[in-house]
Amino acid sequence: MTWQSLTDWWWPYLFILLAGWLPTDVWRFIGVFIGGRVSEESEALIAVRAVATALVAGVIAQLILYPSGALAETSVFLRTGAAAAGFVAYLALGRRVIISVIAGEAVLLCGLLLA
Amino acid sequence: MASVLPFIAESMADSGLPSHHADENVRTRFSWFLSGASLITSIPALILMTAHVGFAGFASENGVTLLQATFMVAIIWALPANIVLIGAIAGGYSLFGAAIAVGLSSIRLMPMVAAFVPEMRGPKTRKITLLFLSHFIAVTAWVMGMDRLKHVPRDMRTSYFAGLGITLTLTNTLVVAVVYVLSTDFPPMVFAALFFLTPMYFLTSLWGSARDRSVHVAMVSGLLLFPVIHSIAPAYDLLLTGVVGGIVTMAYVHLAKRSATG
Repeated sequence: MTWQSLTDWWWPYLFILLAGWLPTDVWRFIGVFIGGRVSEESEALIAVRAVATALVAGVIAQLILYPSGALAETSVFLRTGAAAAGFVAYLALGRRVIISVIAGEAVLLCGLLLA
Repeated sequence: MASVLPFIAESMADSGLPSHHADENVRTRFSWFLSGASLITSIPALILMTAHVGFAGFASENGVTLLQATFMVAIIWALPANIVLIGAIAGGYSLFGAAIAVGLSSIRLMPMVAAFVPEMRGPKTRKITLLFLSHFIAVTAWVMGMDRLKHVPRDMRTSYFAGLGITLTLTNTLVVAVVYVLSTDFPPMVFAALFFLTPMYFLTSLWGSARDRSVHVAMVSGLLLFPVIHSIAPAYDLLLTGVVGGIVTMAYVHLAKRSATG
């Protein structure tokens, strides 16, 4: 059974539910049950938070190192350089997220314009 | 939408106070719901909308209709899962194959939700409320929630997150619909700049949300481990990054504890 197997109007929606919603929300629901068992400030919560944080950091690295779409056309050195510049600006200039975004974007756009 | 309302009422009526305080309590809950909802104008929420601008274009390029694309955004509510699903549709995957691919990209939500729930739940929060609200946890809402929930009174956190999560989901569903209809096209450089906003924002807001050093250690190990693991096992790169990064962090936590006590 593929996306094109049935021509009925409801088939794509059923496909989205079974191949998209179910395998996504099932992990969220399992997460609720695991989260319900770990108590605040316990060692287990620190461990779960560490795994989740490392994972989100992995998502960040993926978006910078192996992006899709228009960003994939740009140089990996420019992207990592822009991200590093944004992060340094954040640390140096009062730890405001908006400063890191502006600095990172400025470096990226300058690099693209000069290339 | 009608099926959503009882849950909102539930998450707002989730209180342990005697009934004569109930009116006032519902009002307070609603104002926390609204202050969560008002985060829709914050920088991270606007950044997420720009990411959905890109998604609408991706969906229409791959022959997914307007209604199907908006349904995906609302019912799945995880951008990577949506992109994987459209890739699977375009690649002619079977239902089962597509579900496996989406499932692998969504496993990351499990530890994220598990870490988020102790942060969000109040003393009387029911499991059904948490299950419903967990649907709205994706990377942006997670980073925003981990950053801001600690400033919200414990028994108002479910209402606050309901406001944030539901508004974020509905608005982005609308963004996809509007962009799809307008079929907006920008020069590639604008898209490059838009797509760069997300990692840049995540990088510093996640760093800033940390309340102890373990989060920074986990973040740095995740950033450094990902390219290494990606080159070895690209199919499981995110998952392994989470697990190995978690192990590195716990080793650090134990070493720090030992040197503090010894």
